Amino acid sequence: MGKHMLKRIDLIFKNEHDTDAILQKIFKRSNEDLINDLIGSGLKGRGGAGFPTGLKWKLTSEAEGDEKYVICNADEGEPGTFKDREILSQVPHKVLTGMAACGRIIGAKKGFIYLRGEYNFLKPDLQKEIDNFHTTLKSLKSDFRIEIFSGSGAYICGEESSLMESMEGRRGEPRNKPPFPTEIGYLGKPTVINNVETLAHAWTIFKYGPKKFRDLGVQDSRGSKLFSVSGDTPVAGIYELELGMSLQDFVDDFGDGDTKAVQVGGAAGFCVPRKKFRETAIGYQGKLTGISLPTGGSMMLFNSSRSMYNVLKNYLEFFEEESCGQCTPCRVGCQQLLEGVEAVKRGDKPHHYLDKLMRLTETMKLTAKCGLGQSVANSFSSIVENFREEMIY
Amino acid sequence: MTDIQELVTGLVEKHGRKRENLLPILQGVIEKERSVSDFAMVEIAKQMGISAADVYGTATFYSFMDTEPRGEYVIRICKTITCFMKGKNQILLALEDALKIKLGETTPDRKFTLLETNCLGWCHKAPAMLINDEIYTDLTIEKVHEVIGEYKNK
Repeated sequence: MGKHMLKRIDLIFKNEHDTDAILQKIFKRSNEDLINDLIGSGLKGRGGAGFPTGLKWKLTSEAEGDEKYVICNADEGEPGTFKDREILSQVPHKVLTGMAACGRIIGAKKGFIYLRGEYNFLKPDLQKEIDNFHTTLKSLKSDFRIEIFSGSGAYICGEESSLMESMEGRRGEPRNKPPFPTEIGYLGKPTVINNVETLAHAWTIFKYGPKKFRDLGVQDSRGSKLFSVSGDTPVAGIYELELGMSLQDFVDDFGDGDTKAVQVGGAAGFCVPRKKFRETAIGYQGKLTGISLPTGGSMMLFNSSRSMYNVLKNYLEFFEEESCGQCTPCRVGCQQLLEGVEAVKRGDKPHHYLDKLMRLTETMKLTAKCGLGQSVANSFSSIVENFREEMIY
Repeated sequence: MTDIQELVTGLVEKHGRKRENLLPILQGVIEKERSVSDFAMVEIAKQMGISAADVYGTATFYSFMDTEPRGEYVIRICKTITCFMKGKNQILLALEDALKIKLGETTPDRKFTLLETNCLGWCHKAPAMLINDEIYTDLTIEKVHEVIGEYKNK
């Protein structure tokens, strides 16, 4: 293992089951105190977008609404990501506690776990856990209730506004923003939507105080984060690490000795070639030196036996199928990118056609309605830029 | 009243007629029938007071809401990158061999349907497949034959 500064952490999966005590402690404190703890901890959304969690809860608590909702986003569909499933099967009580705390703070009586259809097998155990949790809440005189809502296999529903459309019985197509869910969310009411991991971190912060969390990580990327490690690695699995580590340190620990590229942030993320491992850190955009890449946790390693053309083609096939089709830049853009790289590879289009496709990704970044259409461009441009010859020959 | 009408009535009574209950109702039909037929969609539309086109438009958006007839056991093999890297194509061939059907087909006895799907969330244990709601990971050709053998005897 490398001799770097940032270390492995064991907070999320740490076997702690004192839900009653934690809830009692939370319910005794003022909403303001709890929000200040969250803001002070520096916790940012762990789904990948990185919006400050404390601020999200604060905005929703201040929003006008006779009803409000808490939604736990468990529509984990990013290729290469599998941490939320593990949290929900190993430490669901931490997520439920995070939801109940959020409910108390924003004034919601109802919470939902939007569980992707692919994880339906988790439902029986999760429901048992929710039933027990409701009994605990009752004893603490809280009438907050949590329900599971099943998804039906649509990657786009991980995007928060599509998720709410889906919960409202419609096609999971993104809404225009603003308004944001903090003001107009599920059924038009103020809603907090948080990733599974974010809610579990809230538990840690309420239990140990903001300092323990804030002391981890670097500058604008505070705390620890779960990473789903897959691809060409001898140690595929889920690891909790401090944010801010360099990609070189990561590869030293998790690579197979022949890592030529790491895809940070899944198919919607950025591909980093070997020569940029040292200058690239894993965290949110900030004042760090070098490049800091955000991620929902997906870290895919590729060694020199892999064709990056095959990798890109697989990503594009994924996006072409998973585009909701609502906006033209994404619907047609995904098709054109896929057909384009295939045509170049076959020799039906000249090499410089790749430049045209790169310009198309710029258009998609600027004009696609939601994160899906915008982020296809990330993996496309980073792979084509760094492995151009593999796209051609 | 047909079986489907009865099923839809039961589901609508259980979940309610509000639009936000459309997905759970469609999912209830799928759970029982493995797919949602045109007849079922029209019946849902009638009972919920929305247009059949709207129900169809919603159902067809979701990849797990099959609108074509499916077998008793729907097998979905993950085709996303890590499963692809770890030999998903060989697993697919093994499945086709074990079931004597091609991708997208249903066995003549209507017991199995073989489909591909996008990321199942088991990239560290690839290749992976779902059979209805059951997950199978770290697949090998031997394991595929073993699992399918067990289902054939069910």
